[in-house]
Amino acid sequence: MNTSYTSREQVEVYRFSWGVAVGVPLLVLFLQGFIPVRVSALRILDLPLVVTIFFAISRRNPITGLGTGCLIGLVQDALTQHPIGVNGIAKTVVGFLASSLGVKIDVEQPGSRFLLIYFFYLLHQLIYFGIMRGLANEPLIWRWGHQLLGALLDSLIGVVLFILLDRFKQRV
Amino acid sequence: MESFFARHKNATILAVVLTAQILGLATQIKRPTESGPVRLIRQWAVALVTPFGRGFVYSEHWVRHAWRDYIYLRGVHHENVELREQIERMRLEQIRMEQDAAQARRIQALLQFKEQYISQTVAAQVIGSSGSETSHLIYIDRGSNEGVEPNMAVITPEGIIGKVLRVYPSTSQVLEITDQTSGVGATLVKSRLQGILKGQPAGNPNLAYIMADESVVPGEDVITSGGDRIFPKGLPIGKVASVSPGRDLFLNVRVTPSANLSRLEEVLVITKITEKEADTKGLGPIRAADILAQRLPSVPDKPAGATPNSATGGAPQTPSSTGAGAPAASTPGAAAAPKPAVNAKPSAPVPGSASGKPVTAGTAASKPAASPTNGAAAKPKATQTQPAKPTVENPKPATSGEDTP
Repeated sequence: MNTSYTSREQVEVYRFSWGVAVGVPLLVLFLQGFIPVRVSALRILDLPLVVTIFFAISRRNPITGLGTGCLIGLVQDALTQHPIGVNGIAKTVVGFLASSLGVKIDVEQPGSRFLLIYFFYLLHQLIYFGIMRGLANEPLIWRWGHQLLGALLDSLIGVVLFILLDRFKQRV
Repeated sequence: MESFFARHKNATILAVVLTAQILGLATQIKRPTESGPVRLIRQWAVALVTPFGRGFVYSEHWVRHAWRDYIYLRGVHHENVELREQIERMRLEQIRMEQDAAQARRIQALLQFKEQYISQTVAAQVIGSSGSETSHLIYIDRGSNEGVEPNMAVITPEGIIGKVLRVYPSTSQVLEITDQTSGVGATLVKSRLQGILKGQPAGNPNLAYIMADESVVPGEDVITSGGDRIFPKGLPIGKVASVSPGRDLFLNVRVTPSANLSRLEEVLVITKITEKEADTKGLGPIRAADILAQRLPSVPDKPAGATPNSATGGAPQTPSSTGAGAPAASTPGAAAAPKPAVNAKPSAPVPGSASGKPVTAGTAASKPAASPTNGAAAKPKATQTQPAKPTVENPKPATSGEDTP
């Protein structure tokens, strides 16, 4: 069968071994908690978000994407004193959208990956702040400069992390 | 209907998952106390993630310990000498402080003042954090198995860190003082103004409820007031970084924490605080006349050289034993038994000596009153059991260690 450049068959779908699917999110959750103990300024990074996006766009399955985002977000919430579900909701949405978008656009190039992480970081923060202020009634302050810087750093780290994680991909 | 769900399967599942999470979130916010399932989820999450941190920290310590104690020993001898000198200096300082403390205890006893003492602590390693910008939490490797309980104070020698929030069998969550849900009773050291130290969404914590007409100077020390019933009174919190007019007649006082919260490795959990009245046993009785006598000007002692074989029985009159700076080297018959410092009148105020009784060994007053800059009082006094050495032969009496407190 001949395939056009826009057909679904053109898009490659990957899967991961159980060890990687469970171990990488756990490792990243540990790093997210441990790195700020030594370098406090790196709290600005959101490595679990990067991993959520990576698994979502690699698997290209919206249900798996939202499931991964939901689980990672819930564990992240459980490690804070805030109610469980704030990160869960934000990462569920990001996982769903990233996997849906991964089907439609090229996500193998570093440039497109950078833009994708940048966009999803800001979206994630908007949802997070919206829930925290609207539902949890926490007086958080939105600072554009801070958020844009966070998005930039997370995207840069994300591009490098994506290259490392590409090694664990298994073609379906 | 079935075809609708089949066609919009992904969106339906998304809606279900989001709805479930929003409902769960709303339930948690509505209920002030943590329900069973929520606590269970937190416990699982902590059990999943903290072993990595524990393993990493312990390995790091092992490697650092091996390197520092067995391989990299350059400069250790020099450091050792410096530390020994520092210990000697601190011994003198300690003696001076003991006397101040003894005096304070007497006054506290007179006022029936109760004080809080840190009587038991547990040392803990920091093995992780919440990893969130909006949540200033750290994890320590001590939990209920080691006697840690919620609302215990967590400190370092530099200053306070926070309080224990949740406790698990071998791990505890500590809420830092910089978190915006945190509140600590605080006092400004110079002005004695009291407020509540609250964390801010960004930057250093704020000392709230200081009236705008009060004078607060940047650089002023901030300590715990003890009013929160978590932190004992008098622990260092930090320094005032900036002062500006705030809202509602209050000042906006920013405080820089003394402890380096951005890089924590080891902390102490205060597991037991005792509250007791000042113990004045062994400090001697005190009367109003004693306090008065301390404050009144006294007649200077006669030089020791003028009475070479007086009541001391020819004991060597070192500057400390005379207390008035008498020339000790000029005293003949120096090798005889030392006298109790009957006529001693130290330059610094020594409460015990004012009671009119002979000051004997073992009391606060039998020790040197101050640092070497205080002249005569710097030399440790002769005791009944250990003859004092002549000052000329031992020009550094304080560093000899013979009167170790």
